[in-house]
Amino acid sequence: MLSIETARERAVQARRRSSGNLWRITKYGLVKGTTLLITVVIAVYLTILVANMGGYVDEMRKSELRFQIDQQINQNEDLRTLTAQEKKAYADEVYQVRAKQLGLDQHFIIRSIRYLWNGLSLQLGTAHNLTSDSGSRYVRNIIGERLGPTLLVMATSQLLLFFSAMFFALFLSRRYGSRLDRLVVAMAPTSAAPAWFYGIFLIMIFAAVLRWLPFGGMIDAPPPPTLWAKIGSILKHLILPVSASVASSFWLSSYYWRTFFLIHSSEDYVDMAKAKGLTDRAIERRYVLRPTLPTIITSFAMTLIGLWTGAIVFETVFNWPGLGRLTQQAINVFETPVIVGVTVIYAYLLALTLFLLDIIYAIVDPRVKLGGGANGS
Amino acid sequence: MRSIRNFIHQLKAYPSAVVGLCIIAFMVSLSIYAVIKIPYSEAIRLWKGGENVWTENPRNARPAWFNLFYKEKQPVTIVFKTTENPELKTVTDLGNGIAAQDMVFEFDYQYDGFPTELSLFFTSSFASARPNVNIKWITPDGREIPMQNMSLRASEAYRISQDTRLPRRLNGALPEKGLFADPADPDKVLKGTYKLVVEGMVFEPGASIDATFVVYGKLHGFAGTDHMRRDIGVALLWGAPVALSVGLVVAVGTSLTTMCLAACAVWFGGWVDWIIRRINEIVMILPLLPILIMIGLFFSRSIIVMMGVTALLGIFGGGILSYRSMFLQTKTSGYIEAARAYGASNLRIIFRYMIPKVIPVLIPGFVTQVPNYVFLEATLSVLGLGDKDLPTWGKLLNDAYSEGALLTGHFYWVVEPAVLLILTGFGFAMVGFALDRIFNPRLRGL
Repeated sequence: MLSIETARERAVQARRRSSGNLWRITKYGLVKGTTLLITVVIAVYLTILVANMGGYVDEMRKSELRFQIDQQINQNEDLRTLTAQEKKAYADEVYQVRAKQLGLDQHFIIRSIRYLWNGLSLQLGTAHNLTSDSGSRYVRNIIGERLGPTLLVMATSQLLLFFSAMFFALFLSRRYGSRLDRLVVAMAPTSAAPAWFYGIFLIMIFAAVLRWLPFGGMIDAPPPPTLWAKIGSILKHLILPVSASVASSFWLSSYYWRTFFLIHSSEDYVDMAKAKGLTDRAIERRYVLRPTLPTIITSFAMTLIGLWTGAIVFETVFNWPGLGRLTQQAINVFETPVIVGVTVIYAYLLALTLFLLDIIYAIVDPRVKLGGGANGS
Repeated sequence: MRSIRNFIHQLKAYPSAVVGLCIIAFMVSLSIYAVIKIPYSEAIRLWKGGENVWTENPRNARPAWFNLFYKEKQPVTIVFKTTENPELKTVTDLGNGIAAQDMVFEFDYQYDGFPTELSLFFTSSFASARPNVNIKWITPDGREIPMQNMSLRASEAYRISQDTRLPRRLNGALPEKGLFADPADPDKVLKGTYKLVVEGMVFEPGASIDATFVVYGKLHGFAGTDHMRRDIGVALLWGAPVALSVGLVVAVGTSLTTMCLAACAVWFGGWVDWIIRRINEIVMILPLLPILIMIGLFFSRSIIVMMGVTALLGIFGGGILSYRSMFLQTKTSGYIEAARAYGASNLRIIFRYMIPKVIPVLIPGFVTQVPNYVFLEATLSVLGLGDKDLPTWGKLLNDAYSEGALLTGHFYWVVEPAVLLILTGFGFAMVGFALDRIFNPRLRGL
């Protein structure tokens, strides 16, 4: 009887504790979420300021508009009878209306805040000059069209890189000091050069000299007729970009993960597990991978966000029709809505990931103290 | 002193560090050589000087040392100037102010390849009567080919390769080929002594003609030339000091500032810490490369502005967080307590007690960052946002890429700057990795 009482009491206490935990996690999440949201707002606003050159882009649009209206009026047969003065007055009037329509009559600060709100609420609007390949002017469509190619090349290379490097490193950490291990240590500095740089070399060797693979692009021009031929052509175009990005980071990632695993397998509890006579696999799974899980999750999440933006120069070198190149094209023609659109989506994704990571940490890792404190995250 | 010797001894244990140090030493001496050999203003003149500076260089020529590997030797450029060698010109006074000014350019052509172009540039001084020249070509086997008879303005260029009438006299061959071809086998060069004879005539006392004769070769200098006849060597040499100073200044600047900020954040805590962490989060969300591209496009492409912005954004990011956690550990150690007890000021504690403690982590950190900034400059240049004036490796790559060097087979143009970039990157990365293993006790022996 007595033991049942105490058991019930314990259960109640545990529930109370867990509900307290839940409340703390919610509070923690709210605080974190709000600060992150403010961060996103400020970062996006800064981007808008830079992308508008502090209002200069709008000045350009205004004079462009004025020029267009003047031209239209001068070419209009019906208005030929008007005097120059009348024409000017008429042009002024049209200009005022059009400027008001486009919201160009307001002060830049007000306009920038409107841009900010539109960006944050994902009303990306229409582009001034760029169009998507299908002819759409909606920023949403322009970005959407480029998203696929970027995801294709980035996901293939980054996921390949992430998993191959990690499992290779796990394998190496068991063979510490072997010839292969020393090779990885020696090769790690080669990652000082970025992927596009390796790309140039690969293009030179395999496209220019040997003529085995295409110089760039995503598919043959004109595209082959059948579906299978299309897939084959895309795969052929994928080989060089993927190899370039794997070549540039594989050794460093392997080195990084190997060192990371080695540090964690020199912990006392791993020695203890070894002394108990557990198998290598069991030690790896229970005593090396599990405590390092938060780091692995973070790294994986960051890889996933990285996929999204694409790489500007990388895509330029390989002539790949992705988001990175879109960003560069947009910048070159002062296409502010597209730049802001790409940045906003990136900022949201990054903030969301950081937020989820914080929450996952708080749940998974008992060492993280909730609710801030001296060494809060 | 002993600790330095000790350190060098430790460093020797890592062969990659020794190799890396050698590469860095090579790059540093290359930079010093470049700056002494070609002063800044001279480098800019050679790189941005316009047609006049490069006009005597061949277009898209390969490096001259390629001949060591060719079985068929290719020509280098041959230049004659009557202004520098007056003995090429003979003046005979014919009375009445009329004088014959004959020039003979004689050279021994022993290459297996044809030249790429031939040009004659005249500069003449006269008051009103224009001088006249008659130009002819004499081959080693004694054939005489008349080329052109023209009257000269103050400065005149006769581009022999573009003379459309000349091929008719050469059985339809292009001038630079036909003039040198063996009559028995038009695809082979007839080796021997060629002569270009210019019979000049001036009609006023005091008038004179000077000429420059250029036989453009297929090879030039130690690095070759680009599509604008510029000597790539200038940019290769000058790229070294630019890359090193960009890499070192930005890396040192950002690492030191990051460290000081992290130390201040930890030491003062409270709102200072809060603000620094929030700024850090904002900067982490800002996309670095697009921002840099926009600044380059809208505001200024000067390397100082671009690298300044990079440094400003580079101060924040992951680095500040890892320094912060290190300082948090230091803050609680006993000697800081002691320093506070004897009444040390805030600044003294930060700069004398906290920062020296993490310097061992800082040094490998900034050495491994150097290549990142070197390559960032190259990245910006490849996007066409390199510094307007400075010749850099990245701009060479950009030129080569936009001129389709890979498609047309001018590989030297891509490989030369790429090799130097990669050497610099590897050098610093190798030293940085070794330093990391020496200084970081957790990595020691791994």
